[in-house]
Amino acid sequence: MVKKIKATLDRRVVINKILEKRGEALVVTGLGSSCYDVGAAGDHAKNFYLWGGMGAAAMVGLGLALAQPKRQVIVITGDGEMLMGLGALATIGTQGPRNLAIVVIDNELYSETGMQPTHTSRGVDLAGMAKAAQFPRTGTIFTEAQLKTWVPKLYSPAGSTFVAVKVNNTRYPMAIRLRDGAHIKNRFREALLGNAAFD
Amino acid sequence: MKPQKNPATWPHDIYEVFKEVGIRQVAYVPDAGHTQLINSCHADREMKVISLTSEEEGVAMLAGTWLGGQRGVMLLQSSGVGNCINLLSIMNECRFPLLMIVTMRGEWGEFNPWQLAMGQGTPPALQHAGVVVQRVDHAEEVREHVFAAAQLTFNTSRPVALLISQRIIGFKDWSK
Repeated sequence: MVKKIKATLDRRVVINKILEKRGEALVVTGLGSSCYDVGAAGDHAKNFYLWGGMGAAAMVGLGLALAQPKRQVIVITGDGEMLMGLGALATIGTQGPRNLAIVVIDNELYSETGMQPTHTSRGVDLAGMAKAAQFPRTGTIFTEAQLKTWVPKLYSPAGSTFVAVKVNNTRYPMAIRLRDGAHIKNRFREALLGNAAFD
Repeated sequence: MKPQKNPATWPHDIYEVFKEVGIRQVAYVPDAGHTQLINSCHADREMKVISLTSEEEGVAMLAGTWLGGQRGVMLLQSSGVGNCINLLSIMNECRFPLLMIVTMRGEWGEFNPWQLAMGQGTPPALQHAGVVVQRVDHAEEVREHVFAAAQLTFNTSRPVALLISQRIIGFKDWSK
């Protein structure tokens, strides 16, 4: 159970603060607001945006992290999306890729479907679940000061990392227009692999 | 299981094809029919072998594998095909390759009535989800079928499922 503190962080401010330090990191988003927020922070060829496939984001991150062990992989998704694929925490926890960080932007709501509460609003502790699944670094962030100490950890390959960032319920417009999946995939692979993307 | 010609050689044939086509990540939900193959992959230091809690995780993971420039495969039994359906939408929208080696239940000599719904539903369910479905019924043809399925998926970036007939795997003896 996560202690009840009123969430004040703004989701786009949080994602901007995380992504401004991205360097060579590879980014995978979950569908919905986290996809739009990452796009709004600045489109990037090494972003893989999921516009569908709810529950997939963390596992896409695992496959990518295992294939690219020298690159840091950051998954940015929502609480509803993570809740749909909780088994992934167990699978990732047992694989233990050092270069994978999962950031859940947790507004405790299904924003896309009418702001219904998710289980995190009822006390379900995602970071606690990740810890129980053997992620060596886990935490729940409520403040800018906490975020500041966590951002460097997201980019240091010292072990699988999971953070839930509690944010307020502000909704933003879809800033990103790019949504053709084949294009997003091919662009990502070409940026990462160069001509080998076409082998 | 009914006694097979021991040891079965087709699981090793699959493993050899995996090596030939450069498979580096092997995701699986265990199946008795895949036991020998899973063990071979675990023993291979060049392969990452990932045990899943549900087959849908494998679909998502193999999207990431391909994004990262590697080739992967998922081993599953037909009972788990239904778990994949929603996330197969990613493979179609993005044109990801996906190689699924599916051991069949609920067909040749099945004893457990609960296996029939998903076993009989496997080919149409996969086809409706946009997966190319291929099938092998004879052990001596497994190697060429796996190789052909791998060529098809990785060269055309389409999801392909190869169904391995329950006839090849053998069936549980339900007689008293």
